[in-house]
Amino acid sequence: MLKEKGILFDVTLCIGCGSCYDACKEANNLPKTSEDFLKDHLSDNTFNVIEQYDDLYARKMCMHCNEPACESVCLVGAITKTSTGAVVYDADKCIGCRYCMQACPHKIPRYEWGTTTPRIRKCNMCAERVSNGLIPACAESCPNEATLYGDMDQLIAIAKRRLQENPDKYYQHIYGLEEAGGGHVLVLSPVPFEQLGYIPELPKESMPEFTKRAMEKIPSVVVGGGIFLGGMYWLTKRKNQIAKEERSKNEN
Amino acid sequence: MKIKNINVSEILKPTFWKITSVIIVIVGLFSTYFRFTQGLGATTNLQDTVPWGLWIGFDFIGVGLAAAGFTIAATVHIFNMHKYEPLVRPAILTAFLGYSVVVCLLVVDLGRPEHFYHPLYMWNIHSVMFEITWCLICYSTVLLLEFAPVVLEKFNIKAPIKILKAISIPVVIIGVLFSTLHQSSFGSLYLIVPGKLHPLWYSSLLPVHFYVSCIAAGLSMIIFESFLIARGLTKEEGFQNTGLKMNILSGAAFAVLIALIAGLLLKIYDFIDSGKLYLLTIPSTETYLFYLEILLGTIAPIYLLSHKKLRENKKWLYITSICVISGLILNRINVSITGLAASSGVSYFPSFDEISITLMLIVLAIFAFRLVAKNFAVFITEEHEHSVSEKDIAKTKPITIS
Ligand code: SF4
Ligand code: SF4
Ligand code: SF4
Repeated sequence: MLKEKGILFDVTLCIGCGSCYDACKEANNLPKTSEDFLKDHLSDNTFNVIEQYDDLYARKMCMHCNEPACESVCLVGAITKTSTGAVVYDADKCIGCRYCMQACPHKIPRYEWGTTTPRIRKCNMCAERVSNGLIPACAESCPNEATLYGDMDQLIAIAKRRLQENPDKYYQHIYGLEEAGGGHVLVLSPVPFEQLGYIPELPKESMPEFTKRAMEKIPSVVVGGGIFLGGMYWLTKRKNQIAKEERSKNEN
Repeated sequence: MKIKNINVSEILKPTFWKITSVIIVIVGLFSTYFRFTQGLGATTNLQDTVPWGLWIGFDFIGVGLAAAGFTIAATVHIFNMHKYEPLVRPAILTAFLGYSVVVCLLVVDLGRPEHFYHPLYMWNIHSVMFEITWCLICYSTVLLLEFAPVVLEKFNIKAPIKILKAISIPVVIIGVLFSTLHQSSFGSLYLIVPGKLHPLWYSSLLPVHFYVSCIAAGLSMIIFESFLIARGLTKEEGFQNTGLKMNILSGAAFAVLIALIAGLLLKIYDFIDSGKLYLLTIPSTETYLFYLEILLGTIAPIYLLSHKKLRENKKWLYITSICVISGLILNRINVSITGLAASSGVSYFPSFDEISITLMLIVLAIFAFRLVAKNFAVFITEEHEHSVSEKDIAKTKPITIS
């Protein structure tokens, strides 16, 4: 099995050059959507954006969750997690219910509203490039190593080391390590993450857990309910019968 | 079985409702055409931040209001309270048509409607949507089985009726179980969005809230329907037995009262348990909508129904049923649309096409209801089921179309 891979994005190293934005567009054959990439937003033709917050830049993309909400809710299994950790999508299966968009805690998946054969669109961590032995286009294009691609355990170690070695430079938190159960995209920042538009206060447990707790009860509801209903049927019928017999007895 | 000579002039006689319905259906057909040829973006106000809109919201409402299909069937066939027999067939027909509307809307809403059959053989058992889809399929089949005898009766086909009668109790039980599952699962759909759905509505008990509220609203829907029919249609063919039977309706109203109280207690428990009471004092659109929902849909009806006099009074019972139904509509819209508006950051209002397709399906469902009621013995008396009377008019008269 392939080792799990991921991306580490370090806000302190990002110079907002836009190379990753362009590389992503090129790798995915996406048309131009904006004159100024800093003003662009995620859409069916943009899987990766760089947002400017004063002199800081923040990348937004699919976080490739460990237990993706989008994958768990997709009724036909059109979204899957590969052995490298990338969360990928199969348009041939998708029926277009858009539950994945509703469910994603990071509000990532976008839809091709403009066509009659729409697809869900989002970053797939360059799954095709990776299977051809390349690394994701964004990581390859970054001139400043702000975006790193590598083995998850190594990335986590690097991130931890950076936090430890430069406690003044970093806000002491690795975003994406535990958010919504954690994922394969980690972010380091000098300021609290909500200041950079990352969604704060996500639960530590994975999102599918919330549903699982309810779904787990289904078998007992079915069995318990079936027994209850069957029992009630038998009981009330018997009661009616007895009442009837009583009545006819009294009449006699 | 011959088709009665269709009285063309009778069908074409213009009335206000006929004209309105025809216009709605024609406009709706155009919208449907645009929807399928232009795509969702051009015809709806849905967008990346609002992936679900009126159609999904209406599905929640339709399924909730069709809940009498299983509650009444259970009351009569499982709990053997045969007093409510006359409500069974209208409730099942209502449920079946309600579900038909829901299924049509679901398909219209799909981005790839031509892939609608995929869930049949592509399975993800962890998805609530998957469970709902299968429950909808199975429960619609149950409703068909439950209604089939009515149709077969008319054509005097006896053999299958016998079989259906023999399996009727297991079928009803299965129907109740499937209903329980999917009614509550519509609430479970939102369990995965704790950060998005407003905390006034988000709760780990969402499925239970949905289940309890659909019981009250489904019964209210049947009460409401009985009033409408008694008012407007009793004189029509097929609606002979539709005079109001207040003892039955107020009995059902009592069940509504119990369900509402249970729902309210559950809400209170939920708010205290998860420490959400402070939310009630924060002035915001959501808070006002929440109050409206609770006051109109729960508190007012509980007050009205708890007076025996009012419960047995036609006018008040009618008003109460409208309150409970409005409460459910508000609740489902709050959960599926308004409760998510703040987190999506945009306000959504359905587009013309979204509204017109929805209206068209409602009109068609009402039309179908009348058509079926005219031709089949939907409205029967209490004794009917047990002593199948040959005199029954609807059963022996020929098919009519109008
Ligand atoms: S961030 Fe959203 S789209 Fe990406 S894997 Fe997680 S749940 Fe899926
Ligand atoms: S829109 Fe497609 S990928 Fe997303 S949940 Fe629905 S079927 Fe799955
Ligand atoms: S290529 Fe690297 S430095 Fe340039 S915007 Fe992207 S992450 Fe930042």
